[in-house]
Amino acid sequence: MAGILRYGTYVPYCRLLRSDLPGRGRGERSVASFDEDAVSLAVEAGREALRDSDAAPENLLLASTSHPYAEKLNAAAVQAALDLPADVLAVDVSSSTRAGLAAIGLASRMAGGPSLVCAADVVVGAPGGSRESMGGDAACAFLIGNDPGAAAEIVGAASRTEELLDVWRGPEQSFARQWEERFVQQRLVPALVRAFDRSLRDAGMPAGRLSRVAIDTAHPKIAASFAAKTGLKPGQIADNLLESVGRPGAAGAGLLLASLLDSAGPGEVMAVVSAADGAESVVVKAAPALEDSRPAHSVSSWIRSRRSGLAYHTYLKWRGILPFEPPRRPDPPRPAAPPMQRAERWKYAFIGSRCTTCGATNLPPQRVCVACGAVDAMAPAPYADATARVATYTVDHLAYSLQQPVVAAVVDFDQGGRFACELADVDPATVEIGQELEMTFRRLYTSDGVRNYFWKARPRR
Amino acid sequence: MASRGIRDRVAIVGMGCTRFGEHWDRGASDLLVEAALEACSSARIDRDAVDAYWMGTLTSGLSGLMLSEPLKTGYKPITRVENYCATGSEAIRNAAYAVACGAYDLVMAIGVEKLKDSGYSGLASGGGIPTDGTQSSMTAPATFSLLAPAYSKKYGLDRETLRRVLTRIAWKNHANGARNPKAQFQRVVPPEKIENAPKVAGMLGVFDCSGVSDGAAAAILCRAEDAHKYTDRPLLIKALSFIAGPADGAKRQDYDYTSFPEVVASAADAYAQAGVRNARDEISMAEVHDCFTPTELVLMEDLGFSRRGNAWRDTLEGRFELGGDQPVNPDGGLKSFGHPIGASGLRMMYEMWLQFRGEAGARQVPAPRLGLTHNLGGAPGRCVSFVSVVGAN
Repeated sequence: MAGILRYGTYVPYCRLLRSDLPGRGRGERSVASFDEDAVSLAVEAGREALRDSDAAPENLLLASTSHPYAEKLNAAAVQAALDLPADVLAVDVSSSTRAGLAAIGLASRMAGGPSLVCAADVVVGAPGGSRESMGGDAACAFLIGNDPGAAAEIVGAASRTEELLDVWRGPEQSFARQWEERFVQQRLVPALVRAFDRSLRDAGMPAGRLSRVAIDTAHPKIAASFAAKTGLKPGQIADNLLESVGRPGAAGAGLLLASLLDSAGPGEVMAVVSAADGAESVVVKAAPALEDSRPAHSVSSWIRSRRSGLAYHTYLKWRGILPFEPPRRPDPPRPAAPPMQRAERWKYAFIGSRCTTCGATNLPPQRVCVACGAVDAMAPAPYADATARVATYTVDHLAYSLQQPVVAAVVDFDQGGRFACELADVDPATVEIGQELEMTFRRLYTSDGVRNYFWKARPRR
Repeated sequence: MASRGIRDRVAIVGMGCTRFGEHWDRGASDLLVEAALEACSSARIDRDAVDAYWMGTLTSGLSGLMLSEPLKTGYKPITRVENYCATGSEAIRNAAYAVACGAYDLVMAIGVEKLKDSGYSGLASGGGIPTDGTQSSMTAPATFSLLAPAYSKKYGLDRETLRRVLTRIAWKNHANGARNPKAQFQRVVPPEKIENAPKVAGMLGVFDCSGVSDGAAAAILCRAEDAHKYTDRPLLIKALSFIAGPADGAKRQDYDYTSFPEVVASAADAYAQAGVRNARDEISMAEVHDCFTPTELVLMEDLGFSRRGNAWRDTLEGRFELGGDQPVNPDGGLKSFGHPIGASGLRMMYEMWLQFRGEAGARQVPAPRLGLTHNLGGAPGRCVSFVSVVGAN
């Protein structure tokens, strides 16, 4: 059976305290920055999953309910940013929070080479509602394939589809609506139970064999009722991350699965179920290779690395809910398709060039070496994972941005090379020369509907 | 590199300059006509006597038609020039070469900018060139603000002292502008007001930035031997140097943001052309590109007016003030005269014209021997630089 070869996650840096929201509540939810969207989040999780591996996925599935483009393949930007081969079959999976776990199930059924499943969401709810306060923004990525050396075996998977008016949002609506919970519960709980039972039958083991079960649902009562009906003990129910992250839409179930894998011992069997428009259930068994396949950041390390207490009005501004006075500067111009295509590996994958004559790094890639002048003697220099330091910086109160002031820095890479760019996730008051940085994929701005993706540097997380 | 220059072969025999500022009632064409006619009248010529024109603007228009149409120059060669903020100086340089080589007898260099029609804060020009969307979003003040922390770190200057130095530069240029009836800002600004101004970028506040303004300036040039046909006090061009640097400051880790290598190169070239050996002693006064206060500080070292790491001390000791040993920006500079991009290089030359003729009024520098104009375009690590040396004899 198929297995999880590698995985990665990403939780953005900012948090909203639920006590600051009109809807109130306990804990906090993660918030994508003004320059992040489902594609950029997915890229960050995908980088975590693929770092230092020579994996070449043949399929790429991007699951989200907040795809940045309604028309134009969102997964293509992920493919370009992760520098995956162009031969990859890339697909957007959408429309339901179930899509994330469904994509994992789908990938596990595909023959041939490995599939990369990315799930990412920026969950926006109407101000004051429970979706706003209980939603979250995050991403996860799983490389799934038929490899005997997998980090975790997918020992069971089952789906259940229900035509049900639970959560809905048309293209003309800014915010999703939700039917009464009690009605939804009486349909979704049996669906969950049935999918769960079938996946266990697949795995050939009883529920009691599961060390932990993570339940992904918008309704707390569904989780409780499901646990009661399946006879799961309280000790088997995993933390649903609602108090620290919230429910990050299509990325929710995968994030819970990754969180289980972060701490699973060899042989441990776990399940994740997701309820929306039916149900998904996946049972996984940790393999010995898991120990050496974990990403650089665990879910809990992302949760700890945060800026809490983002102002609610800032959040509303970032999500475009609250209109605001624009800076008295021209709107940034729409990037043009041909130059974007010519610069694709630089713009999306942050691949510069290294001079084969003198070894100097050239960022962006050059034909004539910036150091020795050699012509057309360049090799690609991937810099997305390069570490760097602040050489010098400034706080720009005039530059166009949704979040002023802009912190811009001249960044010196530890492996050589220099680049000037914006800093992301940074407090202007704490920037200093020598500060350690890493690169992050962001949506710089949107102009004429064109999502302009490129890289920024951020303090190391 | 051969750079022979045209020392003493070309003279400026007439100049005109509009007041710089917010000309809500005049467009670029009006400003061009005003500067051109003032220059012609200063050279005591009819505009039909001009054989060819070099017209500089960064964002206010395109092609020579921008001048021929409003000024009704008939069928004459007009070249539109653009080289960032050094555009006006480039108009002078190319016009000077045209008469030096004998192609024309009498030419005009003219520059204009109409910045205040945009409705934006500061200088905002997208340029309209299609891009891949990866370009830096840093504004001009942000890029130049990088000089301040780098300079203070390199020379161990504490932040308070550096702030005093920058304030002194802004204060000086405002005080000079107060003596200039054509300047955008003609008021002395108290140091406290400069220091407490709203921040624009890094250490820089509003008063550390040049004035965003509209304006035009023009010069009439001919070969030196013909100069006395037009005026008995021509301004002789001793050196013209222009450098476009490799723009690698943000690509190489060895650039430290405390100098403009392009300025060092253009100054060395200009001094060689003019026979200047010691700029600190031989240059009587200078108009330099004080787009932001740290720029002027660094330029004093790049132009050789101060030793490395000493410009801040020279500044605090008043060396560059009107009564000092080497007045810099006696007309108020970009800071208070204003910075209509295409006109600025010509405005700098206009001050030289007035000073060497003894017509600078309340800001007259006594008995200048050599004057220098310095005009920069771009940003630290990525710029073009122009240096001229001029004199009366």
